[in-house]
Amino acid sequence: MTLPPELQREQARIRDIASECGLDFFETIFEMVDGDGMNTVASYEGFPVRYRHWRFGMGYDQISKSYAWGMSKIYELVINNDPCYAYLLRGNSTVDQKLVMAHVYGHCDFFKNNLWFQPTNRRMVDELASHATRIQRHMDREGFDEVEAFLDSCLSIENLIDIYSPYTTPPAARSAQAREEEEDRAVIRFRAKDYMESFINPPEFLAEQRQRLEAERKRKPAFPERPERDVMRFLLENAPLKSWQRDTLGMIRDEAYYFAPQRLTKIMNEGWASYWHSRMMTGHLLEPGEIIEYAERHAGAMAVQPGRINPYKIGIELFRDIEERWNRGRFGKEYEECDDLDARRAWDTGLGEGRTKIFEVRRIYNDVTFIDEFLTPEFCDAQRLFTYEWNAKTNRREITSRDFGDIKGQLLRSLANGGQPIIEVVEGNYANRGELVLRHRHDDADLQLGQARETLTHVHRLWTRPVHLETTVEGRARRLSYDGKTHEMGDR
Amino acid sequence: MMVHTIDLDHSRFKHIVRGAIRRDLKKHIANGAMIARQGAKTVSIPLPQIDLPRFRFGSNEGGSGVGQGEGEVGDPAPGEPQPGRAEAGEAPGEHALEVEVTLEELAKILGEELQLPNIQPKGKKQVTTEVHRYTGLRRIGPASLRHLRRTFKRALKREIASGRFGPKGGMVVPIRDDMRYRAWDPRTIPESNAVILYMMDVSGSMGDEQKEIVRIEAFWIDTWLRSQYRHIETRYIVHDAEAKEVDQHTFFHLRESGGTKISSAYELCNTLIDRDYPPDEWNIYPLHFSDGDNWSGGDTARCLELLRHQLLPKVNVFCYGQVRSTYGSGQFKTDLDNAFPDEPRVLTSDIPDKEGIMASIREFLGSGK
Repeated sequence: MTLPPELQREQARIRDIASECGLDFFETIFEMVDGDGMNTVASYEGFPVRYRHWRFGMGYDQISKSYAWGMSKIYELVINNDPCYAYLLRGNSTVDQKLVMAHVYGHCDFFKNNLWFQPTNRRMVDELASHATRIQRHMDREGFDEVEAFLDSCLSIENLIDIYSPYTTPPAARSAQAREEEEDRAVIRFRAKDYMESFINPPEFLAEQRQRLEAERKRKPAFPERPERDVMRFLLENAPLKSWQRDTLGMIRDEAYYFAPQRLTKIMNEGWASYWHSRMMTGHLLEPGEIIEYAERHAGAMAVQPGRINPYKIGIELFRDIEERWNRGRFGKEYEECDDLDARRAWDTGLGEGRTKIFEVRRIYNDVTFIDEFLTPEFCDAQRLFTYEWNAKTNRREITSRDFGDIKGQLLRSLANGGQPIIEVVEGNYANRGELVLRHRHDDADLQLGQARETLTHVHRLWTRPVHLETTVEGRARRLSYDGKTHEMGDR
Repeated sequence: MMVHTIDLDHSRFKHIVRGAIRRDLKKHIANGAMIARQGAKTVSIPLPQIDLPRFRFGSNEGGSGVGQGEGEVGDPAPGEPQPGRAEAGEAPGEHALEVEVTLEELAKILGEELQLPNIQPKGKKQVTTEVHRYTGLRRIGPASLRHLRRTFKRALKREIASGRFGPKGGMVVPIRDDMRYRAWDPRTIPESNAVILYMMDVSGSMGDEQKEIVRIEAFWIDTWLRSQYRHIETRYIVHDAEAKEVDQHTFFHLRESGGTKISSAYELCNTLIDRDYPPDEWNIYPLHFSDGDNWSGGDTARCLELLRHQLLPKVNVFCYGQVRSTYGSGQFKTDLDNAFPDEPRVLTSDIPDKEGIMASIREFLGSGK
């Protein structure tokens, strides 16, 4: 439903103010929905039409229950599309609606301008509706249960994509000639005077080297040639799928790539939108009588659950910190090397570049680079950040450190690869028996074994031949295998 | 632009949940965990296998991460529950999905899985109860029952008829004659009430494990009977050499030591029925759990006599569940079986361990009485 006239007026006003602030966004369409409508759209990840699958029902079950019990209420929902669609909850107060609209314009600006969103499909509303139609057609033809079971398998590997691949060009396959030259060079030959040649580079040794290289060349090229992080693509191209299955897997993969940038920029995106709703509300939009309600709402969104990280909070504070630092010139070699605490505290070169800087930051950074570049010891201290770990002895999580390096490392690890484990296909024809070997690039964190086994079952359903996963469990190199009947775990 | 296919997805999800509970019903029954999570009308069942599996991080411990808040190194992270109360579900990476199921739903699943027949309440038509329904109006009554709308309507009619109220204005003031009050009618409706009388042997030979079995079985029988009767009461009797009535908590946690005189419980049970539950108004379910050891053959004879002449004529069925324990001889069940070989109202069941609960429930409830 479209907005009532008074909110339409507000929307026009907020849009103009946002433009004046320098935000640059797609046209934004607000829809008014009731509580149940909001829960529905939220279960569909913001889209009006999705394919039929029970996991949306599961989401709906949880969201609507927690809404009914008054435990949570979704205020804001916006989707990356051109035009942007956003939803307002009917019955919210005017302050709430203004706040949400201002927040949404922040998101829209981010979607449109942030580098990591550039490859996303901006017609995703249409695209997802068409996916729904296509999947429905497959269901009509192949049977609901069959397609649903297949969707289960696809969805259980939807995080196995190469989230950085849309931003890089794949390295071209090396030409045969280049490979030959490289291999020729690989024969070790020391420089020697003529009369020493046969001693320093004995002919038998050279022959042996050549033979070895020859044998290597003759061996079948590896399949895949180099480890493939986009497991979904590998299966799409190489698994024995029927055409409807290929079509379905392809769609799920496209959707995964569409949603990936949101995982990559959660902190920044929310931080940016919060920064701007706060700016616009306090600077322009609030009537005097609305201040308290706004403050309460804003504080609610920024609230830190004890022992957790709130992306809204960390994001907005980092953006404000950056603005402040670039306004006062608190960066660079001179500032970093200044040992005088008082001088550092009072540091102000009057640079005034803050605003320019944060716009630059929102354009080219993602969460990982954002934290890597702009998290400072002062910031960690001011925000009271810490790292925690599970202590098996006391059976609770305990603060392990307040050291800047530890915090930053832990934070970056949790953000790397969008918080997902890196899994790649290393062998598509293992032991020449068509078995699939996946490898978990293990740094720091183990996989959950029960889940890993179940997932392997799904991978097997797609690949149909035995599948293996190489990983590390509690420091030991292990290999999980599933051959369609039994799960095994062995050392490797 | 809203299309509510979500309802389809939602009902599909609920169907899957039910399927998952049914598939593992035996496991759910055997592990009493869900009973601890019982609310007034729902239980929440952890179903780890519902959500789609993923390759995801998570050691089998609580993991590590970054948080925000006060505290020194070595302190529990803010928001951690106090020591001794670890909640596994809180840990990141543990994705045990908790599903809320209503007791009604649970009873339905149990019924479908065990193929339990619906219970035929005895003397359905004879057992009646009187209820009051507000169905009419009258002109006198207490102010608390005043029917505002009707009163106002009468007043409005009167004022309009008298010309004092019209498009030009006027006021509507009800006078005494306008007042209307709700009136009730007594109505008799057929009612099926049921009472479950739990009896348990708490003598020294019944250990914690045996009580846990009784507790789980009682929960399921309760759930099923509740789905069958509109109104249900439960009474609890414990006995060793003497019997006494206790509340639910005591029933499951009390531990006495000493001898066993089963007849004491049957006597008390009989007294309760005579006092509170006239058999022509109530469906009566005495359930007795014991490890099968009785004080003496003489007492057993007394039990059998009580059963034959006092209890059986009054009850729907009499259920005896014998929980196997290391100390019990298990003689009592044999005695019962021998004494009532062809009596359909005496149901006995042997429960070797938690796995046996399901079969025992079927034996008790499968008769449809």
